[in-house]
Amino acid sequence: MTPPLLTVEGVSKSFGPVVALQDVSFSIAGGEVVGLVGENGAGKSTLMKILGGVITPSAGRVLIDGREVHFASARHAMNAGIAFVHQELNSFPNLSVAANILMGREPRKGPFGIFVDEGASEALVLPLLRKLRADFAPSTPVQDLSIAQRQLVEIARALSFDARLVIMDEPTSSLTLRESKRLLEIVGELREAGVSVVFITHRLNEIVEIADRVVVLRDGQLAGTLEKREINPQAMISRMIGRTLQTLYLPPAISGGEEGLGLSGLRTTTFPGEAITLSVRKGEILGLAGLIGAGRSELARAIFGIDPLPAGEVRIDGRTVLVASPAQAIAAGVALIPEDRKQSALLLDESISENIALNNWEKFSRNGLVDADRLHLHARDQIAAFDVHAGGPGTHLAVLSGGNQQKVILGKWLPRNPVVLICDEPTRGVDVGARHDIYRRLRAAADGGAAVLLISSDMEEVLGVSDRIAVMHEGRIAGMLARKDFSEHNVLQLAVGRDSHREHTE
Amino acid sequence: MTSHKKDIGLLILIMLVGTVVALINPLFLSPINLANTANLIGLFGIFAIGQAIVIITGGIDLSVGSVIALLGVVMVDLLAGVGMPWPLVLLLIPVFGAVIGGLHGLLIVKLKIQPFIVTLCGLLIYRGAARFFTADATAGFGFGQSFPAVEWLTVGRSFGVPHSFVALLLIGAVMWLVLHRTVFGRYLFAVGKNEEAARYSGINTGAVVISAYVLCGILTAISAIFFAMYTRSISPSSHGSFYELYAIAAAVLGGFSLRGGEGSMIGVILGAVLLQVLQNLVNLLGIPSSLNFAVMGAVILFGVLVDSQLARFRPMMASFRKVP
Repeated sequence: MTPPLLTVEGVSKSFGPVVALQDVSFSIAGGEVVGLVGENGAGKSTLMKILGGVITPSAGRVLIDGREVHFASARHAMNAGIAFVHQELNSFPNLSVAANILMGREPRKGPFGIFVDEGASEALVLPLLRKLRADFAPSTPVQDLSIAQRQLVEIARALSFDARLVIMDEPTSSLTLRESKRLLEIVGELREAGVSVVFITHRLNEIVEIADRVVVLRDGQLAGTLEKREINPQAMISRMIGRTLQTLYLPPAISGGEEGLGLSGLRTTTFPGEAITLSVRKGEILGLAGLIGAGRSELARAIFGIDPLPAGEVRIDGRTVLVASPAQAIAAGVALIPEDRKQSALLLDESISENIALNNWEKFSRNGLVDADRLHLHARDQIAAFDVHAGGPGTHLAVLSGGNQQKVILGKWLPRNPVVLICDEPTRGVDVGARHDIYRRLRAAADGGAAVLLISSDMEEVLGVSDRIAVMHEGRIAGMLARKDFSEHNVLQLAVGRDSHREHTE
Repeated sequence: MTSHKKDIGLLILIMLVGTVVALINPLFLSPINLANTANLIGLFGIFAIGQAIVIITGGIDLSVGSVIALLGVVMVDLLAGVGMPWPLVLLLIPVFGAVIGGLHGLLIVKLKIQPFIVTLCGLLIYRGAARFFTADATAGFGFGQSFPAVEWLTVGRSFGVPHSFVALLLIGAVMWLVLHRTVFGRYLFAVGKNEEAARYSGINTGAVVISAYVLCGILTAISAIFFAMYTRSISPSSHGSFYELYAIAAAVLGGFSLRGGEGSMIGVILGAVLLQVLQNLVNLLGIPSSLNFAVMGAVILFGVLVDSQLARFRPMMASFRKVP
């Protein structure tokens, strides 16, 4: 019996104390299309990065044709016949299609082979483009192509390496329905040509349509494999969920408050085709669940005035407000704890005082001069109030743990008593103890009269902390869940777009 | 491709400015004025090409003017003071330029210092070195000293065309091939646009970047030779001052992005042409020469503004065209 094309044996990967993958084993035969599914953070990307040679496993073996391989770089993996079609395409938009496909391996001519042989390039690339039925020429600059066309360029690049296994990470997430269909056809054609494909997607119907087998990951572990006849969305969902959930719920002190944040017909630039209508009451924590890329952070950024709002109305505290900039949003009473703490919320090389004062300088200055004493006292109070483990107000943010950094951010915003508090993944990279602290702060803010919108990809968190959950799917609110209907199953059903209102037909 | 459109736009702008100047002052088209302008275009164009190569990688070289001063005084000394045979001098100066460029490249690639900082320090160091070398005196050839061969090569003319201009055309043609036809040129564009992806494609990005600075150093040295022979006397505190900015301006006018990865050889040469035509305009139209820089700045700003606004509207136009 010939060994399978690729075998993964007991592969584990840890990043510091965090275990991303644990003892995962499976194999892929030649010409097989394997669907890889799992919730956010289940370990799909880590696994694929290991196969693509981007990272190395902490334990376990990867075998190709029964022989163990060690990939030192993406280049190694490519030479071994594994090609990675990235979600974010790594291309050179300033160069032509042919140049992108052959980057680093250009056919040469002339003395010492210094010149690019354009004729030979075209002859190499054209059959690949024909095979993919691409509607553009090898000489077209990539910047003139659509996302779907750029994806074809990446696939052509994979084929040009004679790839035997093509890994596609969310290839259809930014494609239109027709383009997605075309891509699935191409996957089918690759299979017929004997090329294996690993297809990662949140769109379960695509898996049903194309996959010969499904591998399900959950919490970094293999949660099961499904053979062709067993593949259906219910079977996949039931294997994706099944974690034991802790109760984190702290009931609200008040109920039935007035509307704090209201959105009517709101559209974002990312999903201009979807109008969002949503209402968050004062005193309530509304969880906003969904898969990565569902448009939740984009919604938060639009409400906070960072991204432009193409259409729709934002009501804060019952009044319609214009949020064309974060300054206007803050003036209207909105606070945003952003997703990327280090990038968007903190001055890492500055002290706690500087960070806390950043949105509040009018309070800590007199006639334009910094009132250092008042700032120092205020910062000390916030450090005590939010239980930040730090030397003092002068401690730099860079030396604090993720949890303490997040508490400083809370200490920066909550004293302003915001009407609307939007938290985007507030506990990402935060340890368990500090998490519970942060949940208590959010509840306290809600009890103090704030409308809290909690964006979270952590199922435990969103189910445990929210009073209600809105689930987003591809830019729209796919459904609303009341506390009695909370379950991982219900959230996931909505998150993958299997709601009753609009059954997907693709 | 879009860069062709930019080149054509720039050519139209040059012709427009030229026509206006010629209509107001017919002297513009006189053989003497054209030859003088061509000479200046040659002098400034050669090192602008070097700068452009560096800018494509997303870098910058601020030391150009000081290098022209330093290599200028060194050359005069080797030729007139040391009495070295002229072919050796003409070979040695570009080697010095290559060494300087190589040092810049090494500091940037191996020690990861930003190009702006490395070459800013270069600007100060070489200027100081040039002034120290001559004890702040003007360097020049002694009375009666002449080097007919070098002079013919650098400031001579064939059929009325200054040799500096001929040199620009030759160098421009070679560099056009390098940039737009060789594998190395491909890598320059790739590194400038997405260095990480280039590295992941198996390209030795460090070597590409260093080569760009070496090329810039060599071309700057060649124009230093032309400048030294053209001015014949070099006052090291002012010779070549601000020239790096002419080069950057020429590249920007020629459609180069300071973020890297964009630009064409024809563009930077046309940029150098436009700058000299503007200089000429200031002289011929009787505009106070104190306004020289202001006119240039305004025209560059105008050109870049038009280009960026057109770039904004281009996708919109394209989408209109697609509608049946």
